[in-house]
Amino acid sequence: MTAPVLSVRNLQVEFETRRGTLRAIDGVSWDIAKGEVLGVVGESGAGKSVTGLAVIGLIDRPGRISGGEILLSGLRIDNLPPEEMRKVRGKRIGMIFQDPLTSLNPLYRVGDQIIETIKTHTNLTDQQARKRAIDLLAEVGIPAPEKRIDGYPHEFSGGMRQRVVIALALCAEPELIIADEPTTALDVSVQAQIISLIKRLGRDHGTAVMLVTHDMGVIAETCDRVAVMYAGRVAEIGPVQEVIKNPLHPYAKGLMGAIPTLAGEDKRLVQIPGSMPRLSAIPPGCSFNPRCGAAFDRCRIDRPEPLRQGTQAVACHLYDRATETAA
Amino acid sequence: MLAFTLRRAIQAIGVMIAVGIIAFAMFRFAGDPVSQLVAIDASSAERAQIRQSLGLDDPFIVQFGRYLFDAAQFKFGVSYQFRQPVSDLLKERMPATLELAVCATILALFFGIIMGVFSALRRDSLMAKLFQMVSLIGISLPTFLIGILLIYLFSVTLGWLPSFGRGDTVKLGWWTTGLLTVSGWKALIMPSITLGLFQMTLIMRLVRAEMLEVLRTDYIRFARARGLTTRAIHFGHALRNTLVPVITVVGLQFGSVIAFSIITEQVFQWPGMGLLFVQAVQNVDIPIMAAYLMMVSLIFVTINLVVDILYTVVDPRLRATISRPA
Amino acid sequence: MSDAALPHPTPVEAPRTTSDGWLKRALASDLFYSFRRSKLTVAAAVVTLLFFLLAIFAPLLSPQNPFDPAQLQLLNSRIAPLWTADGQSPFLLGTDEQGRDVLSAILYGLRISLLVGILGVVFSGVLGIGLGLVAGYFGGRVDTVIMRIADVQLTFPPILIALLVNGIAKSASGNHLEWLSMLGVLVLAIGLSFWVQYARTVRSSVLVEKNKDYVAAAQLIGLPAPVIMLRHVLPNTTGPVLVIATINLALAIITEATLSFLGSGMPETMPSLGTLIRIGNNYLFAGEWWIVAFPGIALAGLILAINLLGDWLRDALNPKLR
Repeated sequence: MTAPVLSVRNLQVEFETRRGTLRAIDGVSWDIAKGEVLGVVGESGAGKSVTGLAVIGLIDRPGRISGGEILLSGLRIDNLPPEEMRKVRGKRIGMIFQDPLTSLNPLYRVGDQIIETIKTHTNLTDQQARKRAIDLLAEVGIPAPEKRIDGYPHEFSGGMRQRVVIALALCAEPELIIADEPTTALDVSVQAQIISLIKRLGRDHGTAVMLVTHDMGVIAETCDRVAVMYAGRVAEIGPVQEVIKNPLHPYAKGLMGAIPTLAGEDKRLVQIPGSMPRLSAIPPGCSFNPRCGAAFDRCRIDRPEPLRQGTQAVACHLYDRATETAA
Repeated sequence: MLAFTLRRAIQAIGVMIAVGIIAFAMFRFAGDPVSQLVAIDASSAERAQIRQSLGLDDPFIVQFGRYLFDAAQFKFGVSYQFRQPVSDLLKERMPATLELAVCATILALFFGIIMGVFSALRRDSLMAKLFQMVSLIGISLPTFLIGILLIYLFSVTLGWLPSFGRGDTVKLGWWTTGLLTVSGWKALIMPSITLGLFQMTLIMRLVRAEMLEVLRTDYIRFARARGLTTRAIHFGHALRNTLVPVITVVGLQFGSVIAFSIITEQVFQWPGMGLLFVQAVQNVDIPIMAAYLMMVSLIFVTINLVVDILYTVVDPRLRATISRPA
Repeated sequence: MSDAALPHPTPVEAPRTTSDGWLKRALASDLFYSFRRSKLTVAAAVVTLLFFLLAIFAPLLSPQNPFDPAQLQLLNSRIAPLWTADGQSPFLLGTDEQGRDVLSAILYGLRISLLVGILGVVFSGVLGIGLGLVAGYFGGRVDTVIMRIADVQLTFPPILIALLVNGIAKSASGNHLEWLSMLGVLVLAIGLSFWVQYARTVRSSVLVEKNKDYVAAAQLIGLPAPVIMLRHVLPNTTGPVLVIATINLALAIITEATLSFLGSGMPETMPSLGTLIRIGNNYLFAGEWWIVAFPGIALAGLILAINLLGDWLRDALNPKLR
């Protein structure tokens, strides 16, 4: 059995602020296998994007990885020297950011930015790199790539720019792609195209994908597995169909209840009361307990660890046998 | 592109006409030109005759038109102090000021950009803090104090450099240059530093602030995520995006450098237009003041125009919006 | 990447139910925090305060009144500072060519420099804020005219404008100005040179507020919109205006000193710091450095301290730069 492409083990990320240390990520663990798409979902501030940045090694001061480890195909990468990590970025891990409008340097031709990236990670000549850039643009579905390659970013529409960004992430055939809310900034009509593009590319190249989003629709459509994050921790993780049909964690239940469906028009959308705690005021025990309808004493004291429940894993005392026997 | 250039050119002419009104108003109404030209005991008939010959009895608009028409041909009247045409005086003094201003700007650009980039990239290094201190002192020390300090150090105490004047100059047509003699270069050193220091400080702060801003942008983050080398990110992507606004400011500042040279020229008795202007203000020599205002404005406006056009060459986004027919 | 996903480094905006008073207190405490944290800023504040006190109590601190010709004796001219071989009591920092005690002249000169600076800043502030409000509120042609003038003026360095105003005033008065009217001219020159920044700041704030619903709502219930807007616009611009004013105070003092140095400012009988430096500069080659050095140090120290305060204020009030 080969090692998973990405393996995050008990990751912790902290930010030093003048009012103390804030723990943005606290004990996140998951694997992504070759060709698998893992969806990471949660409210803003849950730590989805920070996890993505931690994996690619772009956590800047005052933040730092304070615990755990990150393995890329079995090789530990969270403690690599900066220059080694730079060679991993772009070559073995590709990243797609939220806003294609600001992800490209406005002063450089699109082609130059792609060629620059290709030449950084390979030994291709200018001619070869240019040819590869045109191929990449064609692959991500940009019409007349041999012409568009000499265009400036502002000459592309939002959707087309995101395609360019994806092409840039694919330059060196990475093993893993981290897509951080890749469709949020785009028109709804374009979103589906981009999502299916990412899905197709992942399948064609056998690339593992970590897809960060807050859109459950995107998750349902694209992912193989999904991780629900809450206040820097994984509340529940499992196959996407299971988690959507049969969510275990009360927060996940709330989240799924908030998805409108076409079938159940008469059902009112469920709302989770309250809002996620700020990082400086995470309650002891289970961080979800103040908002949880099923909370009991232990939830306010003990922090729940992930428990295996069939194909899913859930961090909730409701599923702990010790609780069952005690109750 | 042509339409844009034309529009800007028309705006520039508008500014020049506005400045012309101010200059003319000064020329005509601040002080009585007649009493400056005649003896105190001149008869009223004599005065009236001079008024007539100067055209001061003509309607305002005619006088203004004549003033602008003359100014367009670089005729600015006769200096009260020197009894010489102002245009001759300016022409004689201009090379000194321009050589000083260009030299100071080159110094300021060179050191300002290096120091700015350095202090943006190594924000917390000792060197960056030192640069910050230097820049604060550069802004806090009035230009004339810097000049006096330099003179005291290098002229009075050490005796290395001349404390005043341009040194030996060489005539090239009507242009006199100090750049072809050793004494000319020696004389240029301290005034250039004095004049350039403030600009250097400004450029350094601007480059630092812009660079920090650019380093925070998404495309720099994306460039890092693509695994580009630090060198490529800093000096390829970040610096180029930083320099776009810097070009504008430096261009616009060149006009200020010429105007600021008033102070430097006074300290070093540099025989340029600024010194002429200071003397004119002290002696209420209105024709020179008005002419200097027009000349400096012309330089400003021209630079503005050039910078605007240059800007479009550097930034493809602008080029696109401009060339697109409105 | 959304920044919202990153933990907010300054959880200042904590409670949702922010009342005005609470916000003000939080701002004040934040300001105070960053003030206390920077030793340099505290030092700058102390030095600035010291300069103000020295200026205010100059008559009590000075051995002589340098503006009173009766107290000056040519016998005492060009005496070196006290600690040198040629020093004489009571002239701690020596005397100039008119027998004026340099220390007293600095203290009195400081008064003039600060007075002109502050009045100049107040004048330019009132002018700029007023024009900014008018331009932003009325818009249209009024706005265009005011902002065009601002654009054009911004390309000219203040010193040039100040020199021109000065020259015109001199010419109008036939080159004879009393010291008091000279003071007025200096304030006018500085005010006219520095109003643009205020006007731009206030104008943009007005433009933002103008389109907000509460203005329309206020008009609906019959409240005069200008009054309502003033109440919102002025507090919003307090921060930026304060920063501009602090930095401009330093610039105004430099401008006054420069004008006086160029011989277009305070007369030699009523010298400001700039005038003192101008006088002293003539004796530099004779080796009488103290006549220029001490006023120069005082001027540079004052401006440096104010600039440090301004820098800190700008950083503290502009969270983007933090």
